[in-house]
Order: sequence, then C-alpha cells, then structure tokens
Amino acid sequence: MRKLKDRLRPVWELYRDGFRNMTWGRPLIWLILLKIFILFAILRVFFFKPAMAGMSDREKSEAVGERITQQTNHQKDTLNLLSD
Amino acid sequence: MDVVIWSRIQFAMTAAYHWLFVPLTLGLAFVMAVMETIYVVKKDDFWKKTAKFWMKLFAVNFAVGIATGIILEFEFGTNWSNYSWFVGDMFGAPLAIEGILAFFMEATFFAVMFFGWEKVSKKFHLASTWLTGIGATISAYWILVANGWMQNPVGTTFNPETVRSEMASATAFWEVISNPVAVSKFFHSVTSGWLTGGIFVVGVSSWYLLRGRQKRFAKSSIIVGGLVGLLGCACVMLSGDSSGVHAAEFQPMKLAAAEGLEDGGRGAAFTIVPGIRVPKMLSFLATHDFNGYVPGINDILRGYTDNDGNVIPSVAEKMQRGRTALDALAAYRSTEDPAAKAAARAVLDANVQYMGYGHLEKPEDVVPPVGIVFWAFRFMVGLGMLLGLVLLLSLFFAWKDRLANMRWLMWAAVICIPLVYICGQCGWIVAEVGRQPWTIQGLLPVNVAISSLSAGAVRTTFFVFLAVFALFLAIEIRIMLGAIRKGPDVEPENA
Repeated sequence: MRKLKDRLRPVWELYRDGFRNMTWGRPLIWLILLKIFILFAILRVFFFKPAMAGMSDREKSEAVGERITQQTNHQKDTLNLLSD
Repeated sequence: MDVVIWSRIQFAMTAAYHWLFVPLTLGLAFVMAVMETIYVVKKDDFWKKTAKFWMKLFAVNFAVGIATGIILEFEFGTNWSNYSWFVGDMFGAPLAIEGILAFFMEATFFAVMFFGWEKVSKKFHLASTWLTGIGATISAYWILVANGWMQNPVGTTFNPETVRSEMASATAFWEVISNPVAVSKFFHSVTSGWLTGGIFVVGVSSWYLLRGRQKRFAKSSIIVGGLVGLLGCACVMLSGDSSGVHAAEFQPMKLAAAEGLEDGGRGAAFTIVPGIRVPKMLSFLATHDFNGYVPGINDILRGYTDNDGNVIPSVAEKMQRGRTALDALAAYRSTEDPAAKAAARAVLDANVQYMGYGHLEKPEDVVPPVGIVFWAFRFMVGLGMLLGLVLLLSLFFAWKDRLANMRWLMWAAVICIPLVYICGQCGWIVAEVGRQPWTIQGLLPVNVAISSLSAGAVRTTFFVFLAVFALFLAIEIRIMLGAIRKGPDVEPENA
C-alpha cells in the first residue's frame, strides 16, 4: 500500500503543482469549466433530452419500425405509377 | 422550413463549428512535436521556447474546441433518434472508443506536456508531446470510421427484429474499421489538419516579420510550419485522389454532383470551371483509366453498366425494390407465424440494400444540391493549391533568408489563415451535402432518420447554440490574438 502511495505521489504532485503554478492557463480552465457547465447542466437538461428516453429497447424498435414502414399516399401513388 | 431542414442546419452548424478546432489541434500538435524534437536533439533552449509558444496557442484552441463534439452526440439522441436507434452499436462502439481513448490519452499526456517540463526527463516529455498528437489523431480515426460507415455501410446486416444495423459476423468489426471510405477520409482529414497547422504557423510567423518582431523565432517557425504544411498538402492531394476513386465506386451521385455532370460516359472531361474542361481527366481521376466510364446524374437516374460490367438499376427500380423491402419488413413485424416470418425475411434480405429508396417520393430525390457541391469542390481544390503555393514560396524564401523583402508574400501568408479554414469547411460540404438525401447511403434518408419533433423546438435550440457558439468563438479569438500579440518568450538576442 505504501509502495503504491509512493508511486502515485509524483503523479499527484505533477497535477497539483501544475494547476497551482498556472499563469495564462488559468482562464482557459475556467473557460472549460464554464463550457462544460453550460453543455451538461443547461443545454443537456433543458434543450437536448433524448427523444426516446425512458423507452425500453422493445419499445424503441417498435417506434422506429413503425416510422420506417410508414409510407405516405403520395409515395404509394408514385410507385404504382412506376409499376404501371 | 420544416423540421428536417432545421435539424440538418443545426447539425451542419455544430459539425462546422467542431471542425474549426480539430484541424488546428491535429496540425499544431505535429508542429510543436517536431520543434521539441529539434530541442532535444540540438539541446538548444531556443527551440524549447519556440515549441512552448506554439503549445500555448494549441492549448487555447484545445480549450475552446474541447467538448464541441459532444454536442453532436446530444443532437443524435434528440434530433436524430430514429437514426441513432437504427445504427445501434455500429455507431456507438467507435464513438465510445474515441471518447475513452481521447479522455485517457489527453488527461495523461496533455498534463505531462504542460506541467511536466521541470518534472520529467526531456525524452519522457518529448514522448508525451508526440503522444498527445498521436492520441488526437487516433481519436479522429474512430470518428471517421463512424462517418465512413454512413457513406459506405459495410460489415453490418439489418436485423428486422430489432430494426437495427448490426455487426453479425466475427469479421464485421474489422470490415467496419478497414472500410476504404473511412481510411481515405482519415488520411484526407488528418493531413488537412497538418496543412491547417502549417498555414497557421507560417501566417502568424509572417505577421511577426511584418511587424519586425521575433525574427529568428519567426523564420525558424516558418521553416518547420512550412515543411509540415507542405507534407500535409501533398498527402491531402494523394488521399483526395483515393477519395475520388471511392466516391466513383460507392457514391457515384456525389461525384456526378461535384462535377455537375449531367450525362457521363467513357473518357469524361473534368470541368475546372464552367466552360474550361480537361478532356478525359474526370475518367482518369475517378477510375485511373482515361477511358473509364463515369456515370452522370441522368445515367444514375436511368440506370447504367459500370466498369466491372455490373448492371446498376434505375432509381425508379431501386424505389420499387425499396418499397418491396419495406412491405416485407412490415409483414415480418406484424406476424408471429414462423413460415410467414421466414417468407417475409427472404424478400426483405433480397431487397434490403435498396430499402432507403422506398422512402423517396420521386427518382430526382436522390440528386443532392448540385450547385453547392460543385462550387464547394472547386473552392476546396483551388484554395488548397493556393495554400500549397504560398507555403512553398514562404519556405523557399525563409530558407534563403530573403523573406524580409517579400512583404506581399508575408501578407499572403497571413490572409491564408482564414482561407485554410474555408478550404476545410468546403471539403466537408462536398462530403456531407454531396451524399444527400442519405444519412446512411441507400438505407436511411434524412427525412426518416429524424425524431418526431416540432420545427419550432429545433429552431429554438439552433439559435441557443448559435449564441453560445458565437460567444465561445469570440472568447477564443480574443485569447488567441492576445497570446499572439504578446509573442513568444524568447531571449532578446533571438528576437
């Protein structure tokens, strides 16, 4: 356990000191955090809900199967004309 | 405008925005890795500082570009749910691999690259810089595997039970990842990133020379950036050639639209611009044979015989067979009788390759917007040649130490920075508008791939995105220009 800790210490220090000593990179980190917040806490939650959320796989295949096999009358008429 | 158009506009805007950041990430990663290699080999601190400056601009670009691709995945689930279900794991697997790989490689090597200058050995740091670029490049591969599959859906079979395209055989995954369309797209896109990185470095460095600043830094950067950019330009041309051959083979309508070719034939001429044509050149570019057959838009609509002697049915016949496939699918899904299911399955399997055509209203629906594709292709090629020429001249005169007297060339290099972005966007317009009306070639048209949403809902999210994207782009340009204005931290004697 101690060995693992000793090995991980330099990795931890790399990140810790890196973030601590940042100069020009600091606003970039804030920019990334702001963007991730906007993406996941606002856009994802309020604007981009998956259209099939909450449906089981069976229900999803039913819904998509129905849509795919659905034809408009116009399409049928066109195809009938072609086959004539 | 209806929901299909709004969904397409929104997706196009998001993808175009994402593609503003990706090529510079790929290109600058290569440039700074070469510069750091020179530093490690020559042990000259000047090259360390030079590499560090371009890393700083890389970081700014990366920070604003990060996660812009995730928005595309949001849109798949919300606006393109039928498509998302239809493609299933085939599309999800490469994107998941990309996400995991990108996260771990970037979180590890990116951190060492920025935080590790004084903490790890020179060689370990150099390896981390190269691996950051290699990680980004491998990420691009997985994305282009997914995109290549949409253009040429290999390795999957349609399962009427689940209504999904599934990888059914043990070799399917290999077929998907070695899809020739994906491979040539990967080389074309990644090397266009090298071209973008090269132009960016040469353009910014030329600006320093125009201002009489950072002369050694600028000249050295122009040489490295020029070499990377020219290598990218050469590879873009080579991979563009194979992209053309693959378009002729798998998406002949895209090629016909890009050429504005109404009636094709053997020994087809290449149109440089309307009125100026090179005899037999299109046949050579498309088939590597000056007398190869290239079908035009009307030939594809009417049906034709390809170079291998295969009879390609007319679009009207494909529509009939597509309708037969859809009827068989409906019959399969509506019965529990095993014999009836088997009969319907047999009909479906015999016609499934044309299933998407069953959704079209008229044969002309398979023709993409010819004017957009035709001109986007010409802008892409024309700008690509101009960029290559500017790189070549900048490199030559920087090498000869005569660039300081060529102010027009330095201004041209600065102007080339926006042009390289226009060039890259035109390439994607050719690839994506040229494959309309398909989300998946021959299997799923865009009007069936979308979710049941109102046009108003998509329009609202479009404008929300537009505002957010514009804000972040403005912030990036401001930070980037600030960093460029401040300049590199090189010693005064090197300035």
